[in-house]
Amino acid sequence: MLCKRIIPCLDIKDGRVVKGTNFVNLVDAGSPVELAARYSKEMADELVFLDITASNEKRKTLLSLVREVAKAIRIPFTVGGGISEIKDIEALLKAGADKVSLNSSIVKNPKLISEAAKQFGSQAIVAAIDIKNNGKENKVYINGGREETNLTGLDWCKQAAELGAGEILLTSMDKDGTKDGYDIEFLKLVTLSISIPVIASGGAGKKEDFFDAFQLANVDACLAASLFHFNILPIAELKNYLRNNGITIRI
Amino acid sequence: MIALIDYGAGNVASVANALTELKQEFIITSNEAEICRAQKIIFPGVGEASYAIRQLHLLNLFTVLRIVKKPMLGICLGMQLMADFSKEGNVTCLGIFSVTAEKFDESKTKVPHMGWNDIEIVKESKLFKGIKSGERFYFANSYYLPVCPYTTSISNNEINFSSSLEKDNFYGVQFHPEKSGSAGLRILKNFIDI
Repeated sequence: MLCKRIIPCLDIKDGRVVKGTNFVNLVDAGSPVELAARYSKEMADELVFLDITASNEKRKTLLSLVREVAKAIRIPFTVGGGISEIKDIEALLKAGADKVSLNSSIVKNPKLISEAAKQFGSQAIVAAIDIKNNGKENKVYINGGREETNLTGLDWCKQAAELGAGEILLTSMDKDGTKDGYDIEFLKLVTLSISIPVIASGGAGKKEDFFDAFQLANVDACLAASLFHFNILPIAELKNYLRNNGITIRI
Repeated sequence: MIALIDYGAGNVASVANALTELKQEFIITSNEAEICRAQKIIFPGVGEASYAIRQLHLLNLFTVLRIVKKPMLGICLGMQLMADFSKEGNVTCLGIFSVTAEKFDESKTKVPHMGWNDIEIVKESKLFKGIKSGERFYFANSYYLPVCPYTTSISNNEINFSSSLEKDNFYGVQFHPEKSGSAGLRILKNFIDI
């Protein structure tokens, strides 16, 4: 039986791992290659790297980082952040990334999903979707959460799946950094509406939050950052807890 | 020397990294003569089947891969291309394993089948030395090869499918040994030791 996955997320800025709350207040959390190797040893199921650097040197730095990470670990990893062209995707996959995550670029140009899926396979294309509730509905945000779009969360998830995305990485901006639990209600709605895997992101604070996302919302993977970076919740402890509570998980 | 085939449809870097970790000599190649000179062949693959087969034809590799007599390991899409036919793009494949690649049923399960799944070994194989049933490997596939007489291990994703096959000198694994931690490296090492 397919296992549920635990995915540490590493936000990268200028080649270092950083962590903030609600996308701001960044603090240094270590070296990406060292953290990746540590997580791989601790039985993380895969890793996500999101590059939030905004500079001209960015692509070169990111590619060499991807090459280093690919040499250091034997588990799959996804790379995202500012990817907008087929040739960027090709370069990252060739450097050793298993998947790329696309966010703002596919909102601006949805055809990029189908083109990339056709060329590299759906399994390599993750649609990263940031949502925020305006009191009435979940709206999709782009550019690192700075810009509201006119898309609603559920519609965009469905469309991304139809266009050929292999996975949805769904981040609740309201929950991100709060340690208040994942957005179970909305995640449940999404997993009921589409047939591709869904990764829950934003809000994990304790073991029970992961259990709820797997059990109540039927997500396929849970992503978290600071909980793991600062070793507040060791991955082994989390996985043992989940297994003891009937979740199929790789130990 | 191992020939790691680069035909523009595979994540060659990951397999190369794993071979480097195992301290193996290899060449990354799409050259028929180099493939013929190698002692072993690794045939990786990610992406879409009909595109990949077209690449093999363009590089003039289609025939040589069908008739080689040395151990050859197909990985993921590489393994599926060793079947008779793939419903992904409806394309005639290498015809080594007489079986057709089918798509998982989206109404019954999530597609792609993505993540760590366990295997049940159903036939003894040199690939599984030191590996037991229940071991988990990383998969990322929307299509699968049904269970058939060449199946050596089975995994389940709503239905049972072949997680590995073997016929004479031809070996195939649906999962990614290069991305499956120490158990995956063991599979690659076992192939190298054949």
